[in-house]
Amino acid sequence: MVDSTDHSDDVVAVPLRHPARWIFGGVAALLLLSFIYAVASAKSIQYELVGKFLFDHRIIEGMGVTLFVTVVCMSFGTILATLLAIMKLSQNPIQRWLATGFIEFFRGTPLLLQIVFWGYLGIIFPQLVLGVPYTDIVFLSGDTSDLIPALVAGIIALSLNEAAYSAEIVRAGILAVDGGQVEAAKSLGMSSSYTMRKIVLPQAMRVIIPPMGNEFIGMLKNTSLLQLIAVAELYTAASTISSANLAQIELLIVSGFWYLVMTTVLGFPQRALEKRYGRGFESVGGRAAPRAFKVGRR
Amino acid sequence: MAELMVDARSVRKSYGANQVLNGISLTVEQGEVLCIIGPSGSGKSTFLRCLNHLESINGGRIYVNDELMGYRQVGKVLHELKPKDIARQRQSIGMVFQRFNLFPHMTALQNVIEAPIGVAGVSAEDAKTLGLELLAQVDLADKADHYPAQLSGGQQQRVAIARALAMKPKLMLFDEPTSALDPELVGDVLDVMKNLAKAGMTMIVVTHEMGFAREVADKVVFIDKGLIVEQGTPKQVLDNPQESRTKAFLNKVL
Repeated sequence: MVDSTDHSDDVVAVPLRHPARWIFGGVAALLLLSFIYAVASAKSIQYELVGKFLFDHRIIEGMGVTLFVTVVCMSFGTILATLLAIMKLSQNPIQRWLATGFIEFFRGTPLLLQIVFWGYLGIIFPQLVLGVPYTDIVFLSGDTSDLIPALVAGIIALSLNEAAYSAEIVRAGILAVDGGQVEAAKSLGMSSSYTMRKIVLPQAMRVIIPPMGNEFIGMLKNTSLLQLIAVAELYTAASTISSANLAQIELLIVSGFWYLVMTTVLGFPQRALEKRYGRGFESVGGRAAPRAFKVGRR
Repeated sequence: MAELMVDARSVRKSYGANQVLNGISLTVEQGEVLCIIGPSGSGKSTFLRCLNHLESINGGRIYVNDELMGYRQVGKVLHELKPKDIARQRQSIGMVFQRFNLFPHMTALQNVIEAPIGVAGVSAEDAKTLGLELLAQVDLADKADHYPAQLSGGQQQRVAIARALAMKPKLMLFDEPTSALDPELVGDVLDVMKNLAKAGMTMIVVTHEMGFAREVADKVVFIDKGLIVEQGTPKQVLDNPQESRTKAFLNKVL
């Protein structure tokens, strides 16, 4: 019998304490504050110029171009990437080789080089003709620089490059779907394209979306490379202004600020999408899904 | 004699040099329940998967409902059909898998009505009525809006049965439908299958449930090393086996 008057078992448990965390946090805060002070008090940076140009119409318009190019290129890029991924997983060897060749080529050369190539296409092919070879039938012809202005060249370059990168992401997503899913779909009489659209891709999305969020942010920043072929996006706008008023640092701060705002805002739709495609995978009672597969939470 | 639902003739199948089916011939009449038993690796699941052409075959012929499954015969050669023709043939053959293979991104009801709407062209409204009816038939009417991850294994398998039935198949294939279930959940699934058999569904069941085979099967086939060793009524095969290999197998599982 336990003596009910003995209270020696009446103890309280507390979790492990972490005093080192406070010290580490304090040091980090100190370093951060001194850096902010150094930047804020730098005589060479004219902060009134940052304020002046933050909402300059050229900057705002540049941001519009940046967002437009990002969305268009990600749309084209993702569609093409899905096609490439399906081709690469195809039974047909010719499709596989084509997709592999495309991916290797566009991943294997620098993006900068590709942008310049498309931008200067007019030097290699001054005239473009779309028609049936060896006949007089011509659908479209003209100067390359008219048919493919810098903006279009930039969009082509970024889309093709993006497609090559995200094809592997989509392929990984498709491969992550259990083979039994396709068998079940087949046994119900579903065609392979229907199975891909309704059964495989919706499940693959769960795996595809997080890295695609990365790609989106990467794309948003890579649009700044279009400055090389004079597309009037955010970075081009900022550097055009700074080359006139010589306030390089101030305008770098302006464009950097807006890039940071845009990439931060883009995180919200990503989390919404993750939640949308995570349906049916979160555990509610019963057997829990492995932690690594939980989505929509951080 | 009743009409033949399945007529398999000398079906052969190999993976490279590995001969899995060495000429399997069997028939299943309309409304009959056939249980296939045998040791693992005997080829029984492979044979089942050949019946709806989830696996291609290397020789022999399979007729399901008087239609040559998966191929077109020209002289002595079988030419494989196009995917869309095979997909059409599969619509009249339901299949239930060992690991359920429910679509995890769809609710139980959506699982059941996806194929009727998308493949058979049933209206969303009619499909929903049918879907709820089928879920009620497997005793899961209250789980229509649950996702597979929210259901037990036995419930998932019953949804999978309802999903297969939704295409109004003439033949149902079961590939070890209770092998992945916790023991206490096996009974519910077997009950659903028994009711289905009573309702006159033609069924081929690869199973290790000898009790089910004895109670429900019209015919039991014992397969080993890709060949039919013995076949007959459950009484003949399970209670009075003639072949030594059948006896050895039954000794291990009973």
